[in-house]
Formats: sequence, C-alpha cells, structure tokens
Amino acid sequence: MAPEGIGARLQRKEDKRFLTGKGRYTDDVNRAGQTFAVVVRSPHPHARIKGIDAAGAEAMPGVLAVLTGAEAKADGLGGLPAGWMIHSRDGSPMNAPVHPILADDKARYVGDPVALVVAETYAQAKDAADALMVDYEELPANVALDKATAADTPKVFDDIADNRCFDWELGDKAATEKAFSEAAHVTTMDIVNNRLIPNAIEPRAALGDYDSGTDVITLYTTSQNPHVARLVISAFVGLAPEHKLHIIAPDVGGGFGSKIYVYNEEVLCAWASKRLKRPVKWTAERTESFLADAHGRDHVTKAELALDQAGKITGLRVHTLANLGGYPSLFSTAVPTYLYATLLSGQYAIPAIYANVEAVYTNTAPVDAYRGAGRPEATYVVERLVETAARETGADPAELRRKNFVREFPYQTPVIMTYDVGDYEASLDAALKLGDYAGFAERRKESEARGKLRGIGFSNYIEACGIAPSAAVGSLGAGVGLWESASIRFNATGNVYVYTGSHSHGQGHETTFAQLVQSWLGIPEDQVEVIHGDTEKTPMGMGTYGSRSLAVGGSAIYRAAEKIIEKGKKIAAHLLEASEGDIEFKDGKFTVAGTDKAKTIQEIAFAAYVPHNFPPGLEPGLEENAFYDPLNFTFPAGCQICEVEVDPDTGVVEIVNFTAVDDFGTVINPMIVEGQVHGGIAQGVGQALLEGCVYDLESGQLVTGSYMDYCMPRADNLPSFRLGFTTTENPSNPLGVKGCGEAGAIAAPAAVMNAVTDAIGADIQMPATPEKIWRALAARGTAHAAE
Amino acid sequence: MHAFEYHKPSSVADAVAALGKSEDGKLIAGGQTLIPTLKQRLAMPSDVVDLRAIAELKGIREDGGAIVVGAMTTHAEVAESDLVKQAIPALAALAEGIGDPQVRHRGTIGGSIANNDPAADYPGAVVGLGATVHTDKRTIAADDFFTGMFETALAEDEVITAVSFPKPEAAGYAKFPNPASRYALVGVMVAKTGGGVRVAVTGAGPCVFRVPEMESALSGGFSADAVGSVKVPADGLNTDIHASADYRSHLITVMAKRAVKAAGG
Repeated sequence: MAPEGIGARLQRKEDKRFLTGKGRYTDDVNRAGQTFAVVVRSPHPHARIKGIDAAGAEAMPGVLAVLTGAEAKADGLGGLPAGWMIHSRDGSPMNAPVHPILADDKARYVGDPVALVVAETYAQAKDAADALMVDYEELPANVALDKATAADTPKVFDDIADNRCFDWELGDKAATEKAFSEAAHVTTMDIVNNRLIPNAIEPRAALGDYDSGTDVITLYTTSQNPHVARLVISAFVGLAPEHKLHIIAPDVGGGFGSKIYVYNEEVLCAWASKRLKRPVKWTAERTESFLADAHGRDHVTKAELALDQAGKITGLRVHTLANLGGYPSLFSTAVPTYLYATLLSGQYAIPAIYANVEAVYTNTAPVDAYRGAGRPEATYVVERLVETAARETGADPAELRRKNFVREFPYQTPVIMTYDVGDYEASLDAALKLGDYAGFAERRKESEARGKLRGIGFSNYIEACGIAPSAAVGSLGAGVGLWESASIRFNATGNVYVYTGSHSHGQGHETTFAQLVQSWLGIPEDQVEVIHGDTEKTPMGMGTYGSRSLAVGGSAIYRAAEKIIEKGKKIAAHLLEASEGDIEFKDGKFTVAGTDKAKTIQEIAFAAYVPHNFPPGLEPGLEENAFYDPLNFTFPAGCQICEVEVDPDTGVVEIVNFTAVDDFGTVINPMIVEGQVHGGIAQGVGQALLEGCVYDLESGQLVTGSYMDYCMPRADNLPSFRLGFTTTENPSNPLGVKGCGEAGAIAAPAAVMNAVTDAIGADIQMPATPEKIWRALAARGTAHAAE
Repeated sequence: MHAFEYHKPSSVADAVAALGKSEDGKLIAGGQTLIPTLKQRLAMPSDVVDLRAIAELKGIREDGGAIVVGAMTTHAEVAESDLVKQAIPALAALAEGIGDPQVRHRGTIGGSIANNDPAADYPGAVVGLGATVHTDKRTIAADDFFTGMFETALAEDEVITAVSFPKPEAAGYAKFPNPASRYALVGVMVAKTGGGVRVAVTGAGPCVFRVPEMESALSGGFSADAVGSVKVPADGLNTDIHASADYRSHLITVMAKRAVKAAGG
C-alpha cells in the first residue's frame, strides 16, 4: 500500500481554500451586467391568490421584471416533478400534483414562492418585492399531521379529498398478524420522528446567465446533483433542451440532502435570465432557508414488536403517517417508503414484517431527504422497540440484540433487501468493550451519589447505501437510473484529471478520490485533480446522496482506471516490443513479465500524446470514461452506545460517553470517515435533544424560524466520541466499501433516546428538552422539588 | 435594510443633537439587536447615531465603593476586567455568559439595558446588585429603571453614560440558558449588599423583577436551603416553546439556590 493511498489519514486537499476564505460558492460568482432577484413568498399557510397587481412594483426604480405564475404559464413552463412513483395498497397511483414554479391558484405554505422581482440592485428588488400587491383570500390551513386525513380538514389540493398522496404497504400482513397472535410478549410504542430543518451553513443560491449568442443558459446553483438538476429543468420544466442548459454547482457549503431537490428559485433565475437576457442572481436570506428549504423526517408511527418466550423476535408491525408538506418533491415519496420500510428488519432475523405508510399533504414546507432519509426513521423505530422490549422482558439490551442478529449471509429480509455481508456481533462486542459496558453499573452509582440520573442506550443500526442498482430502483418506481460516471484524463506530463459525477459539498472527495488514483495508478495524490460539479466537464452524473459517492462514484473511477491500465498495456507493449499479454502493471509501472524492462505510467502518458511511431490501430491519448451501476445496495452497520447524565433539578441532559463502532467496509481515509461520523452523530444528537421544527397549529406560521428558536447542536452539547471500526469487505463493489456519510445521523437518535429514557424511567418523544424530562420526572414523582 | 443617515459623533452632546435633528432617529451602541432588526426591515429609522466614537462612554473604573462601567463597554471587557473580577466576580461571570464571543465583543452594557430585552442577563445584574444608571441628564436607581417589556425610564433623547455597581459583600448569578439563543430562560442574581439581600430574576417574566420572599428568607440566613422552599407563582411568567410558566417558576427556585451557592451561601 502506498503511504498516501488507500488507508492513509491524508489531510484534506480542499481545506486550504475553504479555511483561507478562497472557496468559490455560488454567491461568490458575479457576471457582467448581473441583476438581483427577490422571491415574494406567501405570508399565509393556505390562501387563494385572487390577483397580483404588479404595476406599482414594476414602476419602482431599477425594477426590470415582476414574474408571476401567469408568466410561467404563458411561457409554457412545467412544474417540479416527484421522481419516484408509489402505488397505494389498492393499486392506484399516488396523488402527486405538479409543483408549479410559482404558485398560481393557491399558496400552500408560509414561504411558498408567489412572484419573482428582478432589479438592478438587491435593495431595489427588495423594495419592489415589499411593494408588490398580492390579493390573497386566506383559507383555513391544514397544519396538524395527525389530523391531515380527517374529513373536516382543509384540502391542500382541491381535488385530493383526504390530503393523502398514497396509502402504501410492504410485507406479509397475514404472516405478521399470525406472529403477533402467537407472541409471548408484544411491545407497543407511539413514536414521533420530529421534523427537522436542514440548516446547511451556505444558504441556497442561484445565478442564471443566458447567452443569447449560443442560446445556452448557464445556471450556477447550490446543488448536490447538477446533472439531475439539468435533467429536471430540461425534461420536466421544459425551460431549455439539455444541451442548451449548462449547470455548475461550484463549492457548496453543506447539503445534507436539502440540496438534492430541484427548487423553484433555481428554475426562476434561469428562466428570468433568458427573458431579460441579463444574469439574474438570488441568494437566500437565512429566514428563507428556514421557510423554504425542504425539511426532513416528520413521521408519526405506531410500532409493535412480537417476541416468543425465548426472546426471539417473531414479528414487527408499523403504521406510519408521513408528512410531505405542501407539495410532492423529487425524492419525497421514496423517503417514507422504499428508504424506510425496507430497513425495518434492522440487524435482526425477523420472520414477519408488515408496514403501512400513509403519506399526506399539509400546509407546511415540502419535506424531502435529510441525512439518512427514511433510514433514520426506520432505525429509530426498530432500535427503540428492541430496547424497550428488553426493558419490558427484563433482558439485557445487548444480549436481546445478540440473540436476534442475522448471522448468515446473504440474508433475504421480508422487506425486499438482501443483506450481502456483515458481522453485527463483532461491532456490538467492540462497542461494549470500547464503551466499557461492564463498568456502567459502577458509573451509575457514582452519578447517583452526585444526585444525577445516569442512563445507557444502544443503537444497532443498519442502512442501505450506495444508492443504488438501477434495475432495483426502477422496479420500485424510481424515474431515473442510479449509476455513476467517471473519467480519468492523463496529461502528457503525467499528471491527472479525474472527472466525477459525484458532487462534494463537504465530503472531501478531492482528497479521497485522489488517494484511490494514487493506489491504483501510482500517481501521487498531489498530481491528481478531482473535477466535479459542472455538467460540461463531467460527462454525466447522478450526484451525491445516500452515501453513494465512494461505493458508486468511486467504483466508476475504478472502472475508468482499469481501462487506463488496459490502454497503457497496449502502449507499453509497443514501446517495450513485447506482447500485450506479457505486460504487467504494478505501482505505477508497466513491466514485461519476468524481465526488468519497464516503463512508468508517466512515460506511457507522454508517449500517448507524442505518438511519433505508433503503429496503425494504436490510438493516441490516455483518457478513459466509465459508467458503473452497482450490483446491490451496500449495508453499512454498527453499534452506538450513548451514556447520559440527567440533572433531576432542571431536566438537562449531558451526554457523558458516546461510543460508535461502524462497519463501513474498506476505509479509504480514516480521518475523513471519522469526521463524517462526528458530524452525523452531532446531527443525530441535535434531533434527539435539541432540534424540532414547530409550526403554530392555529396560524400555520413557522415558530422556529430563526436560530433564536431553532436549536442547532453546538460543541458544548457533545462529548468527545469514542470511535472504532470493524470490517467486512463489501462483495458488491470492486472497492469493498459501503459508505459512511449518514450512519451517525441514522443511529444516534435511538442511542440517545434509549439512554435518556433509561435514565428517567419514562418514555418521551424527541426532542428530549429539559422541560419534557422535568415533567416526566415530576409525573413519576422522582423530580427533585428543588435540590 | 432600508437606507438611513449615519452619524458618528464624538461626544454625548453631539449625539443628542444629531438625534434631536432627526425625524425618526435611533441610537446604536453594539447593534446586537438593532442591526438584525434593520436587516429584517423591522426597524426603519431615518437616522442612526453611532455611539462608538464617544470616548467618555467607555471604560471601567472604581469610584468609592462602586465599580463604574461606561455605557459603551463591551460584555467581553467586563468579563475580562481584573477590577470587576476582583470586586464583583458575579458580574464578570454574568458578562462572560452572554451570547457567544462575537456578541460579547460587540454588545455593550448600555445597549443591553436600554433595550431591556426580558431575556437579557444585564437587567438581572443591575437590579440584583442595586446599581445606579447614569444618563446625560440624571441618575436613575435600578429599581426605577426597568419599567416593562422593552421599556425603561429613559426619555427619547436620553443617553446612558455609565452604570455604577456598589460592591456587594457577596453575589452570585445562575442562569438557565435558552438552548437555542442562549438568552436567559431564567437568570437569578442574588447579592448580599449593605442595603440588605437582593434577589433579581430575569428571563422568567416580561421584565426583570425582585423576589421579596427570597430576600427576607436569605436575610434570616444566607444559605441555599433558605430559598429552596420559596416558589414564585407561575401566574404572569412567560410561556414559549422553550419553557412554560410552570417550568420557569420551578427553575427560579433552582437557579436561586445555585446563585446563593455561587455567592458562597
């Protein structure tokens, strides 16, 4: 292994520019003649738009255009699609109306874009937006998720009578009912998976730049998947054909799923630029991020677990109500179905599983993928159930899990997935040791002596990542294939460009992918430039989400590297006057087998571009493109153990120990992977203890609309993490990797809540705020009145 | 942000004159509340008069038995002041717990108490320590200064110049921060002063208030146990998504005990 190749803790190449203020984000891009756009948003959760009087605003200084739904319709623009078809139990297709670029008949959530004002300066656009007269007829709003389908609840879409997008099921209902009827013990829980607001550090932004000479629209945008954005804006919105649409997602400051979805504002800037023949820029204010970024999670679930006398799990059953918000969006219908219910087997051999999911519209911001997307919700259900079942039956939570682990692979779950490889006991045992589970009882006594309540909780998660085999997702309703592409281009002087369809918005691809190339082709990582985020540079791409960049994008680079070696062997055979079959490649050198005759790959690259004596049929150049479509999902899994101390006087939780042992398959850069785990756990802790999106149920206004009220996790909310890795190499891709981006956020909420509920001896819902804990303790009579 | 006229006078008199000439002028100190409200277009003053260049409003000094903090002194300066740390450590600790480092290096004591945000920390210190507010026109006792939510005894054209804190025999501040904003959900300042024991609560109600029952209990014996059974009724306390009035009522007692302990009781 090269010292700086696979497995090295190489410092991130991209950090130099990020840490010295040299990153180039969408808002940093400025074009000659640029104008500024402000989005006029609905102040009401639900209102009929009776008219828009733009005359006053249009007459204001500097104003270039006021665009409304009427103009969008006149220009023939379509809407934003739901990219995944779900069928209801009765076979009917989901109710997924088109999401218009600008609300025309009705506004459906506070923040719904109603008009776009473009002016010479930002201040002028802002003034005109304030002055725009929109005549709203306020309608009663549908805000409470658990009442969304009731007969008297207002309808988000006039023709969807019960606000239901679909009523879907997965699994064997009869077999599951039988398991429950024969169970020795049934654990039943009401589980709320709280709605989250993503809060990427960089607010969304877009800059449309139409070139009337070439008829090409260039759109700079904060996207995790520029090629997908191009496809959607071209094929569904119909703004321009794909070859006349150039999308650039430059440096992007965090996505967490919220920048997968193609948003109204991106389309608006591209469209306005074409209409005005001027560049048009929009950058979200933080308030707009809160109101109109796609939110995450928001499930209400009834969950049941059946066990036999011996503590073996015999069945699992859930009914989930999933909030889609005011419109369907790109992945939103897949998140609470095929990314959720397919993971309800967890790490366990469960013979019968049945899930029924109803997805509903409400007058709230659209909900879509957020770090983990469906899999955190599944893990939370399974791991809260298993831990609670252990408590109810007097079993040790680690041992109950051990008793039920899947041990033989491949393992076919009752909910579609085939687990290819894993060793759940190995990660459990490693975590028990790293977290000193054996010493917990002593630590609990010591906490009690200080008047603190100590609790411990497990989360043995599994996720399906490396999203995803095109054939599999196609059969489940996806509108796209989920392959990835890569190109490797050698320059004559021996350094290398890697073009990838994956997009890095914090993940460190420029480093990790360079390490791969160093290991495979022997090119030092500092001579490898990783290029991404530009539809005219990378041939094709599907982008970054679902922990797929390494497993799918990295595998595409691997295939391209294989082709480079193949081509290099042809050139080497010519230069070394040997037969191609006798050429071996290792550590950056092509050697004639059994001799010391060799050429470095740099020499081969030079010859490839200076082919003065190439024979006929030997093609010059050293550049290869490859596509990779995975054979299966990948199944990262592991064990987290959280230990908390609760102050019974105030209800404040302190996380005193946090252990995570993950099996991500082969690890390319342990430092980057640990960073991903740290960030994921921080987000999971945020969901468990701090974050919760609140809409006022009466007014439909977003109460948690700023950092004054929406509580993000901070360094002082977190302990130093104890991390470990166990490894089962993934057989389903050539790298043996599984993906690490979402694991922390998927597993941590259950670990934290299992620990909190252990400490306080009562069940509460996330976020476990001090007041909720204080009330739970008071109800049990264990709260201290005061010290 | 809407356009406004910007003034940066170098004396209090010039600041008052600039304010007087403006149609709808605003003083700006550290700007920790005004700047965000300007950016959100919630405040639209015709003129903004910046007090930062006025040297006479800055600095911390000892004057007789009191520590005098200039109105434009930042929270960080109070937190780091050897004079404050030695004479009134509870005041330094309070200042150190306001907001985050950025806020502490911009925000000022004068700006904070003139704004009188019900969740701000400083009103707890001013009332709890029995301070005196000095303006360009008069002196105002702490108990008379804070008159209601975001309201004070200040006249429209009156400028705070300093706050003088008499040195207490002992004082302690305990705060339960709002987890999101880190403002006080409940903050309690307890002080043993020449004029008796004072207990001031910020964050819990619409305006800072004293708790006479706690003060008399502590006068009988300055210990945490003395306030443990005193409960401020939930009626009239704030309720929001972070804490109900009941929970705030409970936290007042808990924080009061911790403040007494911090004061050595």
